[in-house]
Amino acid sequence: MNIPADLKYSSEHEWVRAEGDEASIGITDHAQQALGDIVFVELPEVGDEVGAGEAFAVVESVKAASDVYAPVSGKIIKVNERLFASPELVNSDPYGSWFVVVLMSDPGELATLLSAEDYNKFCEEE
Amino acid sequence: MELIFEQSVPGRTGISLPAIDVPEEAIESLIPAEYLRRESPGLPEVSEGEAARHFTRLSRRNFGVDTGFYPLGSCTMKYNPKVNEDIARLNGFTRVHPYQSEDTVQGCLELLYHMDRCLSELTGMARVSLQPAAGAHGELTGLMMMKAYHENRGEGHRKKIIVPDSSHGTNPASAQMAGLKLVEIKSGKNGRLDLDELKKAVDGQVAGIMLTNPNTLGLFESDIAEIAEIVHSAGGLLYNDGANANAILGISTPGDMGFDVVHLNLHKSFAAPHGGGGPGSGPVGVKEHLAPFLPKPLVEIKGDGSYYLEYNRPLSIGKVRSFYGNFGVVVKAYAYILTMGPEGLRQAAEDAVLNANFLMKRLKDYYDLPYDQVCKHEFVLSGGRQKEKGVNTEDIAKRLLDYGYHPPTVYFPLIVKEALMIEPTETENLETLERFIEAMIQIAGEVDEEPEKVRLAPHTTVVGRLDAVKAARKPVLRWKP
Repeated sequence: MNIPADLKYSSEHEWVRAEGDEASIGITDHAQQALGDIVFVELPEVGDEVGAGEAFAVVESVKAASDVYAPVSGKIIKVNERLFASPELVNSDPYGSWFVVVLMSDPGELATLLSAEDYNKFCEEE
Repeated sequence: MELIFEQSVPGRTGISLPAIDVPEEAIESLIPAEYLRRESPGLPEVSEGEAARHFTRLSRRNFGVDTGFYPLGSCTMKYNPKVNEDIARLNGFTRVHPYQSEDTVQGCLELLYHMDRCLSELTGMARVSLQPAAGAHGELTGLMMMKAYHENRGEGHRKKIIVPDSSHGTNPASAQMAGLKLVEIKSGKNGRLDLDELKKAVDGQVAGIMLTNPNTLGLFESDIAEIAEIVHSAGGLLYNDGANANAILGISTPGDMGFDVVHLNLHKSFAAPHGGGGPGSGPVGVKEHLAPFLPKPLVEIKGDGSYYLEYNRPLSIGKVRSFYGNFGVVVKAYAYILTMGPEGLRQAAEDAVLNANFLMKRLKDYYDLPYDQVCKHEFVLSGGRQKEKGVNTEDIAKRLLDYGYHPPTVYFPLIVKEALMIEPTETENLETLERFIEAMIQIAGEVDEEPEKVRLAPHTTVVGRLDAVKAARKPVLRWKP
């Protein structure tokens, strides 16, 4: 299972790549494997506010539809429109297929997220 | 197989109409021009014989409870007794019109009135509306009444609906439709609602909680009395998704458990056909304090013993469906209730629970059983150990087709990985259950010895493995010339 060392992770299987106040968010390799072939991604709109722990997107696979939770709070400043036409990118390149970019209102929240090592342990225990 | 459109030959017809014996009127003089179709509707043109063969062929490719064992969890695919069909087809029920005057349809009204009484007694509720067309429609109706109840008390700010993460997918969807705000809480380690999580979620904003009891793991929410206490003391209401009523009918009632609203699925628990054989019917019952909000009309009885439709219900949420619901389905379910009687319904629930426990005990050595407890009418296995050998639950489900069974519900509830949710119902005999167990054990063996056989299943069906991913990503929803 692929867990890049330079990212932060949530216990709901999202990853966060922080650059300054901006955080791109996607779902992990583990999550895409568990979901199976993804057939649809529903994203919020630019300008929407999200709170940490709130559902902001939906991924639908052949098996199930699942909420995607925001690991950090802030305003959505970009959404990855490529996923509308090609949801399969989430399967083939989970860490390249960011869902949204959030302008964080409290970058301190990053400290509450899991490191790659902790996330790996978390997945093994689950 | 050819589509009926592909069999079409221009000018061919299956009917010959008699010559017109009334003065002919031009269509333009009867229907305003903007509503007139300009192109042909593109209907297939075939003979009666071709149509008969085509649809008979299609019907033979269908799988239903009349063709085989159908242990589809949460769907209660029990046998539908044919006498109920006969009764629903009686002239007095079919050769009537909903606009007929009440004095000419007293029998139909009487049946609706008594069905309300029967379902009220079975659920421990005060009144029941028979209007909702199926389960999810019942949920929406129930939530609308809960909302109206809070608004009427000046507490319209209560918008929060709590659902557990094991809930039927329709629960959060109905809450959303009703304009309520959803809060999902995690189940506890024992597969039941976690009281601490519930206490954290409950506050002055809570409109209510939606619960299935037994829940989707087939486990009885044994803390239900305490759950009701927590939600009620915060001013919230309890909604019971009655999809799993087959486990408790005639034994306990949602009313006694503390629920304020409940819907039933007549097409599941009360033996009316469903799936392709529908339509459904999702009556919703409420306790006294919610009765003023029920959809209108309700059938009431006059002093002289005659029945009428009462529309004068000022607090009613209104009509939720045309006329009085799916009347034919109500007739079938009413016939079922009278056939079974209270003892019969109780026996059905007990046998459904016994059958489920029998299957669970016999299969748990071959598949993972994440919640190993006495179950109610259904249980959830996990294909976890098979997955490690490269065969997933979908493969197992497809392989069951080769053995002649409809697969169980798979990948639900979401809290069990590689879930196989099995509900045998009470209408299967021991031999059928034994044969199904044998097939499941054999498949578990195949996973060890010839995994490819399972991975590429089905092998004996008319078509092989369908490309579900492509069907979802690039759906072809209608035939075009």
